[in-house]
Amino acid sequence: MIPRLAIASLANRWLTALLTVLAIAFSVMLLLGVEKVRTGARASFADTISGTDLILGARSGGVNLLLYSVFRIGNATNNVRWSTVQEIAARPEVAWLVPISLGDSHVGFRIVGTTIGYFEHYRYRRDQGLAFAGGAPFADLFEAVVGADVAAALGYQVGDRIVIAHGLGATSFAMHSDKPFTIAGVLAKTGTPVDRSVHVSLEAITAIHVDWQGGARIPGLVLTPEEVRALDLTPKDVTAAFIGLHSRLTAFRVQRAINEYAAEPLTAVLPGVALLELWGIVGTAEQALAIVSALTVLTALLGMATMILATLNERRREMAILRSVGARPATIVGLLTAEAAALTTAGVAAGVAFLYLTLLVARPIIDARFGLYLPLGLPTPREGLAILGILAGGIAAGVVPALRAYRLSVADGMMVRT
Amino acid sequence: MADRALARAAAAVAPHALELRDVRFRWRGRPSFALSVDALRVAPGERVLLVGPSGSGKSTLLSLLCGVIAPDSGAIEVLGSDLARLPGAARDRFRGEHFGILFQMFNLLPFASVMDNVVLPLHFAPGRRRRAAERGSVAAEAMRLLEALGIEPSLVRSGTAARLSVGQQQRVAAARALIGAPEIIIADEPTSALDRDSQQAFLDLLFAEVTRAAATLVMVSHDGTLAGRFDRVVRLEDIARVERGQGERAT
Repeated sequence: MIPRLAIASLANRWLTALLTVLAIAFSVMLLLGVEKVRTGARASFADTISGTDLILGARSGGVNLLLYSVFRIGNATNNVRWSTVQEIAARPEVAWLVPISLGDSHVGFRIVGTTIGYFEHYRYRRDQGLAFAGGAPFADLFEAVVGADVAAALGYQVGDRIVIAHGLGATSFAMHSDKPFTIAGVLAKTGTPVDRSVHVSLEAITAIHVDWQGGARIPGLVLTPEEVRALDLTPKDVTAAFIGLHSRLTAFRVQRAINEYAAEPLTAVLPGVALLELWGIVGTAEQALAIVSALTVLTALLGMATMILATLNERRREMAILRSVGARPATIVGLLTAEAAALTTAGVAAGVAFLYLTLLVARPIIDARFGLYLPLGLPTPREGLAILGILAGGIAAGVVPALRAYRLSVADGMMVRT
Repeated sequence: MADRALARAAAAVAPHALELRDVRFRWRGRPSFALSVDALRVAPGERVLLVGPSGSGKSTLLSLLCGVIAPDSGAIEVLGSDLARLPGAARDRFRGEHFGILFQMFNLLPFASVMDNVVLPLHFAPGRRRRAAERGSVAAEAMRLLEALGIEPSLVRSGTAARLSVGQQQRVAAARALIGAPEIIIADEPTSALDRDSQQAFLDLLFAEVTRAAATLVMVSHDGTLAGRFDRVVRLEDIARVERGQGERAT
């Protein structure tokens, strides 16, 4: 009967109770949401490259190399000479090497010049290979393979003809309109930057640049596609290369050899190590976000304590009645603590429900917009721990008003003095 | 059960339902207010009216009688048990089991139903619950009391107590005080919020039920005109001394 009365008492103050629950719910949603995005982003980043033992590029920071080669964020400062790439590819430890050449775009999507090996060796999400939703790898000089997002955004299908622009702007003035490409294949969705890339052969990259120099068309030099085919299209340099080794144990040896390469300043990174370095950089921001969201939860719990304290005065009569019929002060303390616990539990439950509902609705949008795949799984142990912490905090926040009620009920006795 | 039997046995032996001896009490942490009562005795079944102006220590005396507060010294014997010697939790249990208490107003939990308000004390007093259920069910006994006190059955189960008139609320509160037949009924100006006619009707019903339960009644009032209904009138200033500290008023 007493729990029923406690619920009735709370229902009597339903508006304040509802607002309190909502405040807790939103703060919990924020806290867990930040955690979900954080782990989702980490997983997404970590899942982007798999099976590649080393990434080779011009001398730069490891994080920078990782960002521009794998995530297509930022640009390379320098290229690597093609002869150097071939020399490294020929090392006995190297099982395969896939060069990539960046720097051009197609309607805002990056163009990646590469070799057929890309479709074979590129791995993501724990050793998953690239799959074709339609078509096949490029076989001709003027053929391209587009990622799933490119095909979806621009409505491309196998067989469509596209124009590839020079430079990286979405509306580049300098269109290579004289050399259209045919789409040979469309890749299946991967949730990685591959989805937003247009892949062509290395030779194609050279080809679309033969009659260009310094970002402008060379006056008077206009080559037809047939004339281009006749040229030597061996690339002079590439932006970076993914390297697979026969044995991972040799990774450090090959890395050192590359880093100490005499003829040209080079950098080689182990993707996992560079990712760790990246986490070190973004960790501070993550921590700041986590702290802010934790403070929000604290604010909500303080709000609840304030709410209970504020209603305490009007509830002194309720306490006095309970005392007069034989309730102990401990019963009063228990009632108020139970109320705080109930409000917090309701808030946490609503917050988790809100979060999953939001995720359910926003997931495809976030995936499409940011390439961020947020898993919809059960709360992780870390999240569970946070939830338990919030519940404990809520009960602790309820102790303050409960102790005050105890004091009041001992001092008032049954006769409320106002 | 043993608790109850013991109290009954003690009450049978003790010539008094209530007895205060050399009680001294001082409120702490507020403008000093001290109350001393050298002697007050109420016989079992007696109806006593305590009359005193406001500020004469009525509320404090009632809190002491009911064991909500403990005296600094002296003895408060109720049905043979000295409340002054009982620990707080035991006093609370004792109060629930042996006292029915009626306030001046705001007696009811406004969000609970009339029935829930009436049976509320039984949750804290198993002995009273047993007695209330003796002739059928707890609910039936609550209905009988409410009906005897003039509350229509239609008001009992539907809705909350908040929509009752003040007079109806006092009757429901009286039913709550009487349910399970506690030995002592304490009423703190229960009629002051009622008009003259309702006062008389309410007291008629209350006295009838108190008589029926053979309970001891201690009522506090500043209104001496009710004296005719009582076995005895005690003027508070005759039995109690109040001391107030000067210049200690809270600012």
